Amino acid sequence: MASIGTGYDLSVTTFSPDGRVFQIEYASKAVDNSGTVIGIKCKDGIVMGVEKLIASKMMLPGSNRRIHAVDRHSGMAVAGLAADGRQIVARTKSEATNYERTYGEPIPVKELADRVASYVHLCTLYWWLRPFGCGVILGGYDRDGPQLYMVEPSGVSYRYFGAAIGKGRQAAKTEIEKLNLSEMTCRQGVVEVAKIIYGVHDEAKDKAFELEMSWVCDESNRLHQKVPDELLEGAKAAAKAALEEMDAD
Amino acid sequence: MDNFNMNAPHSMGTTIIGVTYDGGVVLGADSRTSTGMYVANRASDKITQLTDNVYVCRSGSAAHSQIVSDYVRHFLHQHTIQSGQPATVKVAANLVRLLSYGNKNMLETGLIVGGWDKYEGGKIYAVPLGGTILEQPFAIGGSGSSYLYGFFDQAWKEGMTKDEAEKLVVKAVSLAIARDGASGGVVRTVIINSEGVTRNFYPGDSLPLWYDEMEACNSLLDVLPPGGTEAMSI
Repeated sequence: MASIGTGYDLSVTTFSPDGRVFQIEYASKAVDNSGTVIGIKCKDGIVMGVEKLIASKMMLPGSNRRIHAVDRHSGMAVAGLAADGRQIVARTKSEATNYERTYGEPIPVKELADRVASYVHLCTLYWWLRPFGCGVILGGYDRDGPQLYMVEPSGVSYRYFGAAIGKGRQAAKTEIEKLNLSEMTCRQGVVEVAKIIYGVHDEAKDKAFELEMSWVCDESNRLHQKVPDELLEGAKAAAKAALEEMDAD
Repeated sequence: MDNFNMNAPHSMGTTIIGVTYDGGVVLGADSRTSTGMYVANRASDKITQLTDNVYVCRSGSAAHSQIVSDYVRHFLHQHTIQSGQPATVKVAANLVRLLSYGNKNMLETGLIVGGWDKYEGGKIYAVPLGGTILEQPFAIGGSGSSYLYGFFDQAWKEGMTKDEAEKLVVKAVSLAIARDGASGGVVRTVIINSEGVTRNFYPGDSLPLWYDEMEACNSLLDVLPPGGTEAMSI
């Protein structure tokens, strides 16, 4: 790496001569090594899925959650350092409650994403802070409909139809592009997301993983909820069947 | 002359009204501002603009209601810029509530917030003295409102047209003006709907005369019989 040894990669508050901030790029590296995180916007809501790599077989299933509820109508999936992610989640929750306290109605997803991005960006502006080693996908449903945002360690946030971060993001993105999202319901989307997560998981190289999924859609009454167990199990079975079919070919 | 204490605070012994109708709201108010017994302003405007699509009817202390609505206007302006779209009536009402409740020990003002937004349509929120917030199909406030409860129970109907609603408001304010000494002057109305805002003005001498009311006159001498008494005959 050309940047190492030049001294320009030690501080977030120092630009390199060609105008880059290496600490932020290193933070993005931490995200790129994480399990894949996907979010898609279907016609009736948002589906988010996480390939949660299991650090230890002795860990209780369902622990170390990577998808968090941040408000009644929005959730956040974290890729990268889980502990950093919880910091962002905590801030997001407080922004959501704060907004509702002053304005008397739930925070719009756009506003929430903007505020989270500002917070993440703030940590790239001071020498005594380090950038967050995680990217987040924020999915929510407000009066303007379902919306999906992704916030990166640099503090940028964009709105997406489909977003993917983590190790398998490239493969996941090409798979998402093939989906007909404007026609798809969330119930169908859950199966597709499960298929993609199972598809990008590298059985040989990676540790075992747990599929974690949530949605915010008409079926969940526009609330952010875990995907119901029977639907999740169905999606997993479909994903495994699709994999085997591919291997058979 | 003890009653004419010119140092008394300006207060709006008032009649204010907000009524929803099919597609919008009508706000109404009288125009009297008093300093004790003295009428400090007989044509005041108690229906104040907060945003393009939200107005507020003010009652109680003029100073207090002005400062609250000034703050709310400021906060709504910020909010509109930040969110990039017009604030809803609910947001406006909640800001009014926040200030009224947070400073309830100092404030002496009751407000009725009304307006139109694309999400909820026409809405009326009453924020009375203690700082509660009440979403209502119609709301009445100020000293004159005590004369109107029965009238509204009888006359208010669901699904009125714009004209019916405005007629109701003007009639109600004129009734309250007739009975309530602290209300008077003219009737002002503000109509807010998807098309925008319309302001109307009803001069005091155009209002209906209710039971036992005297004809409006420009000079107090007009009350005397024509050509009769010699005013300064001593």
